[in-house]
Amino acid sequence: MHYLPNIVFVIALIIGIGYFAKNVKKLVRNIKLGHDVDVSDNTSQRWKNMAMIALGQTKMMHRPISGFLHIVVYVGFVIINIEVLEIIIDGIFGTHRIFSAIGKPYGVLIGAFEILALLVFASVIIFWIRRNVIKLKRFWKSEMTTWPKSDANIILYFEMVLMTLFLVMNATDVHFQDMNSGNVISQFIAPWFGSLSESTLHVIERTAWWLHILGILAFLNYLYFSKHLHILLAFPNTYYGSLKPQGQFNNLEAVTKEVRLMMDPNVDPFAVPAEGSETNVPAKFGASDVQDLNWVQLLNAYTCTECGRCTSECPANQTGKKLSPRKIMMDTRDRLEEVGKNIDLNKGIFKDDGKQLLDNYITREELWACTSCNACVEACPVSINPLSIIMDMRRYLVMEQSAAPAELNNMMNNIENNGAPWPYNQMDRLNWKNE
Amino acid sequence: MSELLNVPTMAEFMAQGKQPEVLFWVGCAGSFDDRAKKITKAFVKLLNKAKVEFAVLGTEESCTGDPAKRAGNEFLFQMQAVTNIEVLNAYEIKKIVTACPHCFNTIKNEYPGLGGNYEVMHHTQFLKALLDEGRLTIEGGQFKGKRITFHDPCYLGRANNVYEAPRNLIRKLEAELVEMKNCKRTGLCCGAGGAQMFKEAEKGNKEVNIERTEQALEVKPEIIAAGCPFCNTMMTDGVKSKDKEGDVAIMDIAELIANAQDL
Repeated sequence: MHYLPNIVFVIALIIGIGYFAKNVKKLVRNIKLGHDVDVSDNTSQRWKNMAMIALGQTKMMHRPISGFLHIVVYVGFVIINIEVLEIIIDGIFGTHRIFSAIGKPYGVLIGAFEILALLVFASVIIFWIRRNVIKLKRFWKSEMTTWPKSDANIILYFEMVLMTLFLVMNATDVHFQDMNSGNVISQFIAPWFGSLSESTLHVIERTAWWLHILGILAFLNYLYFSKHLHILLAFPNTYYGSLKPQGQFNNLEAVTKEVRLMMDPNVDPFAVPAEGSETNVPAKFGASDVQDLNWVQLLNAYTCTECGRCTSECPANQTGKKLSPRKIMMDTRDRLEEVGKNIDLNKGIFKDDGKQLLDNYITREELWACTSCNACVEACPVSINPLSIIMDMRRYLVMEQSAAPAELNNMMNNIENNGAPWPYNQMDRLNWKNE
Repeated sequence: MSELLNVPTMAEFMAQGKQPEVLFWVGCAGSFDDRAKKITKAFVKLLNKAKVEFAVLGTEESCTGDPAKRAGNEFLFQMQAVTNIEVLNAYEIKKIVTACPHCFNTIKNEYPGLGGNYEVMHHTQFLKALLDEGRLTIEGGQFKGKRITFHDPCYLGRANNVYEAPRNLIRKLEAELVEMKNCKRTGLCCGAGGAQMFKEAEKGNKEVNIERTEQALEVKPEIIAAGCPFCNTMMTDGVKSKDKEGDVAIMDIAELIANAQDL
């Protein structure tokens, strides 16, 4: 029975990491439902972007208050996780504070963790106040329904509890307090437990230790079900983010082929396409569902943490239109999850459920309100591009359904007939010279 | 009109066996819109003054396809693009300048993938280069000391990271450049982009151009400077709806420079 805690610990670890791994596999499968897209170019610039934007958090600081608080939580999260390594080793081998063997530096390390834990705790409280008391506008937009709001708060509570447990664990560790090295914060908490016997303290310390590691495992598994995946996906997402000027929209290759055929005088329009050639399968232009998007766009959707910087910068949203770039990303993710579950239920094959991203999630009114100004793309701290999804869905509406607003059809007819969006004759193009 | 503008076409250059220094891509607004035509002429006056050997395509120019592409009609866009590229390549065009950020963005970024590779400059960049080369002088004239704010066109600023060329030119006018609360990277759209120019806006509680005009009026400018014919229209409408057209003028950077020299 002596090894019981070790065995329980290892089992908890295996279940916790195993279940997470299973969901990561599902996540990767869902992302791969998207079209392929070549992002193998310019690897050095991509690494640099990841280092600057994800690791260095440069774009977060464009909003200095939330940016600074976020960096505190981020640094705390990354560094305090060194402590998790010790907890895991202690848990498996039944040791206690194995790293303390290194002597003085251990105190410095734990001291740093304690300070960070306190700072994280304070930052998270401020985050909570911003959301729930000050009610910052971007956290209360219409797409922020019950679940997204609760999700955000659950994450904050998780972090508050984890940081509290960490500090309590240190405060009630009699041996650690006796060492009096590294207990920079917990020494002030220890007196709160001063009247308790050593054995009671030990029970509290053990309980806090167990709840801390179990809490971390639970949090790890919560990620997949929440917006909080960004702590992992921000890295690949910034790596695969566009390197082109924001104004450059992709040229659809399927269209290029058709246009070349139309413009080439040597092509026989009645020629039978070669057996098995691509032309047998008419390409679908644009996107009406998540499978029509590319995998980077789907990765974008899972990366979104619903901060709403995009929506608060969107000119359409600011002037009361229905469009919200954040909702575009949330809808894409929710639909993708729905498609993923459908595949799980139907033995690996998607069964038509009579739904799609267009209309069932994203309305036409939202799509047509976009001015393609790129404010949302610029605002995103982790290189998400909501505009590319809007454009792909407009392409579907126009090229597959001929469902553009009537005024836009007029504009396009004019371009087609006289080379200008207005009904002026191309032969009059130089008249201004003599006016 | 007091003086005749010198506006040679590519066809005329070709007939003489010559190649111009740069092609001026006028664009649809610059060719047909009454307000934008004034910008076109102001820019031509500056080109003439600086003795730039330029040409226009004239009747051989056609829409770049930008509004079609942003509306989702990739097919029409590529038809326009391929046709234009054929014309440009036949004339062996190397360098293009345009006063429209939409044409600028499309030709610069989206034509190369379809076989059209040119050095493309926005007219503010081109004017700045002329200034740096000493071919053009800028004086403040009537704009000396005037409060001017610059509205960043989305397709020049965020889309292509051109923020400084227009601002440098305004400073050269010895004017007082004041920035709106949303400028450069966070500049607010005028509401015309993404083919919105050609349709009614979706239902909301305000027009985008009104919101932007209010931001501009907040800094109490005498002139709102623009670098895009569509922004110009949207801001002009916005200022009119605020009954401020008597106090605040909306002018393109090219017009500011040309007018300062009484061209």
